[in-house]
Amino acid sequence: MKAVITVIGHDTVGILHKVSGICASRNANVLEVTQSVLQDLFAMFMLVDIRSLSCEFSELSDALTALGKELGLSIHIMHEDIFNSMHRI
Amino acid sequence: MLNTSDILETIRMIQDECLDIRTITMGISLLDCCAEDMQTVCDRVYEKITRRAEKLVETGRQIETEYGIPIINKRISITPAAMLVSSTRGGDPVLLARTLQRAAEATGVNFIGGFSALVHKGFSAGDEALIRAIPQALAETQNLCASVNVGSTKAGINMDAVKLMGEIIRESAELTADQQCFGPAKLVVLCNAPEDNPFMAGAFHGVGEPDCEVHVGVSGPGVVRAAIEKYPDASIDELANIIKRTAFKITRMGQLVGTRASQMLGVPFGIVDLSLAPTPAVGDSVAHILEGMGLSVCGMHGTTAALALLNDAVKKGGVMASSSVGGLSGAFIPVSEDAGMIDAANAGVLSIEKLEAMTAVCSVGLDMIVLPGDTPASTISAIIADEAAIGMVNSKTTAVRVIPAIGKKEGEQLDFGGLFGVGPVMPVRRESADKFIARGGRIPAPMQSLKN
Repeated sequence: MKAVITVIGHDTVGILHKVSGICASRNANVLEVTQSVLQDLFAMFMLVDIRSLSCEFSELSDALTALGKELGLSIHIMHEDIFNSMHRI
Repeated sequence: MLNTSDILETIRMIQDECLDIRTITMGISLLDCCAEDMQTVCDRVYEKITRRAEKLVETGRQIETEYGIPIINKRISITPAAMLVSSTRGGDPVLLARTLQRAAEATGVNFIGGFSALVHKGFSAGDEALIRAIPQALAETQNLCASVNVGSTKAGINMDAVKLMGEIIRESAELTADQQCFGPAKLVVLCNAPEDNPFMAGAFHGVGEPDCEVHVGVSGPGVVRAAIEKYPDASIDELANIIKRTAFKITRMGQLVGTRASQMLGVPFGIVDLSLAPTPAVGDSVAHILEGMGLSVCGMHGTTAALALLNDAVKKGGVMASSSVGGLSGAFIPVSEDAGMIDAANAGVLSIEKLEAMTAVCSVGLDMIVLPGDTPASTISAIIADEAAIGMVNSKTTAVRVIPAIGKKEGEQLDFGGLFGVGPVMPVRRESADKFIARGGRIPAPMQSLKN
């Protein structure tokens, strides 16, 4: 079971650190990260393994949303199945 | 790793273009709740619904979090209630309506649909009692929806039922006159009603369906409009392809959610209904899709052709994306629930006659149309008869959900709030259809019925 975390917004110091910190504290293993900074816009996509989560998925989701609010970024976590089903035949 | 532009596209559809799962609807058969005594029926109905749908709302919320996709409504559809009424010895259908309301509150669902009767060829025991109880039932409950099927391609149109429904709609509006005449907003009269429809007010659980199943209704007019607007110079056939591709993606999401809900609830997956169901929210309008194709206002000449293209392309895109497409599937054109339709009606461009033509090519019918308060019952019946005739002859589902605005006239409006929106009073023809409607009887099934 994998989920995709997306972070979009203005670039600031320590975004990757804070997001991966939330993942680590809940035992979500980061598998892949791609990020790009276009002018000021920061976009990061993180594939995480959520099989061995130490909490409910909703708790991880709430923690990331709260971090997004704190940093003024848009942070989503969604099960990878939704992208696979919508964009791959 | 997934393609980042695909990820962004999905997020944009949900965040900016109002993509959502409109409803997860659990269909529950209540045939095993029949009894001679109405109180026993009510007890059994309450027990079965609350047992089967105990986890429905919670499951919906879990899926919403897991996939990050909003699920707007959780609903239940039941066996047409007239069948339960027919098993009793003259039991009061309003008691059953109150029980269904209690069950809706206990399970936390948004709506229960299926306070229904299927009378396309005639009334059987229980049907007429149920229909006559509809105004009272809808006035006393908040989350219950009623529907009556008055015609089919196979059976023709039951004109006695058409006459009766004109009266019932008026009575329902009068009983709820102090609540913006909200009663008839929860009542729909159908021709060729589908048995697996997850959308209200016409949802019921047909007798050919399994004991319990889940359906999913997806929505996404905003996504289609955004896709079209990216190609301002595309030819019509290119537009059709763009709509197909978009409908495919939306439906795949519905299929995923339906499959997951079915696993989590332990009941079979029924169908995905891929309907473009508008809401009054900005950017969630079917009228705006048609305007995006190049019409200056929805309702002008060309609207029917644009809608036909849209409806067909949505179906073609969706049908490959799901293991089972059903329900109504296509584009809805409810007036009060669609910001673009409201504007077009207020501007006087969109008329009931044009909407009637549009229903010949869209997935349902005349929907959420507010009529002047003094519209006679026979005129409402005549509107129903016209609409049922379109459905019968074209082998498609058609429906009428009109709301007589008691005490109001053209230029005024009814404000239902929420997903139901705001409906301007639309003008109707003043000439009388009294004599035609008073004849009663049945319009025989057309030649199209003789397919065997």
